[in-house]
Amino acid sequence: MQVKIDTSVLAETKWSDYAIRFLFGGMITAAAGIVAKKCGPGVGGLFLAFPAIFPASATLIEKNAIDKKRQAGLDGTKRGRKEAGADAAGAAIGTLGLFVFAVIIWRFVTDYRVWAVLLFATAVWLVVAVGTWGIRNVRRIF
Amino acid sequence: MTQIIIRFFVGGIVVSLFAIVGDILRPKSFAGLFGAAPSIALATLALTVASDGRLYAATEGRSMMAGAIAFLVYASVVSRYLMRAKCPALRITVAAIPVWFCVAFGIWECWLK
Repeated sequence: MQVKIDTSVLAETKWSDYAIRFLFGGMITAAAGIVAKKCGPGVGGLFLAFPAIFPASATLIEKNAIDKKRQAGLDGTKRGRKEAGADAAGAAIGTLGLFVFAVIIWRFVTDYRVWAVLLFATAVWLVVAVGTWGIRNVRRIF
Repeated sequence: MTQIIIRFFVGGIVVSLFAIVGDILRPKSFAGLFGAAPSIALATLALTVASDGRLYAATEGRSMMAGAIAFLVYASVVSRYLMRAKCPALRITVAAIPVWFCVAFGIWECWLK
């Protein structure tokens, strides 16, 4: 399966959709900080991997797929939900990278410069997530 | 208060950027990888180190591992139900949020507390 970039989606997306994701992203980031202050970093850290904008993104994917099918005179409901489901399956694979990111932060942030640790952890997240997705596509092990 | 406002804006921008990257990529299973990007962590960890120290950030990282496992379970449940195409995406993704809370706090309570 070949990876492609389709920028036409950006023009189809309403500003309100971007605003909703900005709002949810900002709110959960602020909330993670407040929870950490009130309950300690042990509980606050859980929210660093909270699916903050997942419902908004899945709904947008479903809506865009349905709109495309309806323009062609088809229902598109099933297609929309399946596309959102495929996105969720990709996110499940991406969580393996997220887990490794967290391990790197935990083990190295006390000893090295924070920007270097974040950069390294992000690079490893990307390699693990994309690598696992690639293996899944080649061997269908999931 | 100032730090919460900074977190809100930085978090909103970083989360939105990762979401836009996910929007433009095909196939959707690949784009989904960016739905589990460490966006909140990237937006806050540098601020956390500056304000509360490295040990505090390391403790957050340790708990984030439990959050990531909870995210895996949550995304798997959502994917399975969406593939059956019986309910709208919003209903399934919101209804499954308690799954994340149960798994994340369950792991934290059993192993990390």
